[in-house]
Amino acid sequence: MFKGMRVTLSQRTGEFFWRKFRKIREINKRYEKSSIKVTPTVKIALLFLRIYLILLVLILVYKFITLVR
Amino acid sequence: MCATNFFARIYYNYRRIAKTIILFLIISGPGVIVMLADNDAGGITTYAATGAKYGYGLIWFLVLLLPVAYYVQEMTVRLGAVTKRGHAEAIFSAFGPFWGWFSLLDLALTDWLTLVTEFIGMTAALSIFHVPPIVTIIVVSIVMLLMVLQGRYWTWEKIALVFAAINLIYVPGAFLVHPSVSSILRQGAIPHFPGGFNNDIFFFLMANIGTTIAPWMIFFQQSAVVDKGLQEKDIAWEKLDTFVGSVFTVVVAIFIIVVTGTVLKGMQVESAAQAAIKLISVNRYVGTFLAIGLFDAGFLGAICISLASSWALGEIFGWAHSLNFKIREAPWFYGAYLLALVTAGSVVLIPKAPLVLITLFVQVIAVTLLPATLVFLILLLNNEETMGKYKNTRWQNIIISTIVVVIIILSTLYAISALFPNLFK
Repeated sequence: MFKGMRVTLSQRTGEFFWRKFRKIREINKRYEKSSIKVTPTVKIALLFLRIYLILLVLILVYKFITLVR
Repeated sequence: MCATNFFARIYYNYRRIAKTIILFLIISGPGVIVMLADNDAGGITTYAATGAKYGYGLIWFLVLLLPVAYYVQEMTVRLGAVTKRGHAEAIFSAFGPFWGWFSLLDLALTDWLTLVTEFIGMTAALSIFHVPPIVTIIVVSIVMLLMVLQGRYWTWEKIALVFAAINLIYVPGAFLVHPSVSSILRQGAIPHFPGGFNNDIFFFLMANIGTTIAPWMIFFQQSAVVDKGLQEKDIAWEKLDTFVGSVFTVVVAIFIIVVTGTVLKGMQVESAAQAAIKLISVNRYVGTFLAIGLFDAGFLGAICISLASSWALGEIFGWAHSLNFKIREAPWFYGAYLLALVTAGSVVLIPKAPLVLITLFVQVIAVTLLPATLVFLILLLNNEETMGKYKNTRWQNIIISTIVVVIIILSTLYAISALFPNLFK
């Protein structure tokens, strides 16, 4: 009986995560096409943000490594 | 005849002014709430420490932050009223899933960590009155839940406004310490750096900027404008509401500095709760006011921050996400709100939880989100297709771009200095 329950529980968990995954894919599809006109200003701004984030992540990783050492 | 005309004119003007005030009171709310919630537990600590360290010397700098806060938040009003979308949805729609998920997840994490710091502030404030932390967290969570569960945005907003009004407790508190007005004007009104420009003062300036603009404020106000159902015709009123709120936030900050600058000048203040304890030993009422104000600041910050996350999640996952819904109609929205409250409150109760590390982490994580949020805001406000006549003008772009560049540089340096405290010494 318990074994049967465990299977049901794992199936339910699997279903739950599958539903969430499907929802995320749905959201990605819904917003796939950018609604803003991609002008050179927009491109430069987004490029700046990517570089900025990469730098911040590198700083955080460096801090983490020095803390661990 | 002449006298009748005179009285008729007076009556007409009285009615006109009364109607204007009533209309303002109906429309106002999101601006005042978000601005006073900006003076959250972390903000109160920053202002208290600034006053204790530099006396009235940096009051001029806080006055400069008034237009900074106003210009940033005012853009969310236009964006919300015109597009009828929250900020998270606007980012997803305009910039695609990558930036959308980045903003949403970063917001959820930043908000949750900030929520923990609000609970730290609230428990510290009430522990001065010998209230155990567990009681504070349970009671606060229940009150915050009841506030949203009554099923009307309007009611929630008016209750939040009452808590926002309590934030003004520092004003009478400052009068109780009898500060010298001439000293305040002499030392605080003229821009200068007390003791010269050095690393210490730079850190304090950055901390004050960091408490003035936060990512959750942008998400919160835009979602609140949408939830309240404000229209394009209401923009002027909501801008006034935001301006009044930014005046209040600076006034509160100045009065905190006046209190600690008068009584605690030269003392090292690590937290607002510690400042309150020190003040109680000098003047019982002023210290009590500071402790009440700290609790209120944490409470107001917590209700706005947890709502900002719930609104953003609701917009993207397609849940019903309005305070006008009952719990049965929007279970996920209220569930996310409750989950954030309960988990953040529980962290504070964990023995030996790394609360100092969390406070430090908040500053760093917020900086990863702030530049993206501000840049997206400017780009969205320049999209003529959606904004029409409400898009940014050239002058607005010049002013706001300057503000954003300065904020990004200073907040980044602030985060780096929090990570590497000896770097700028």
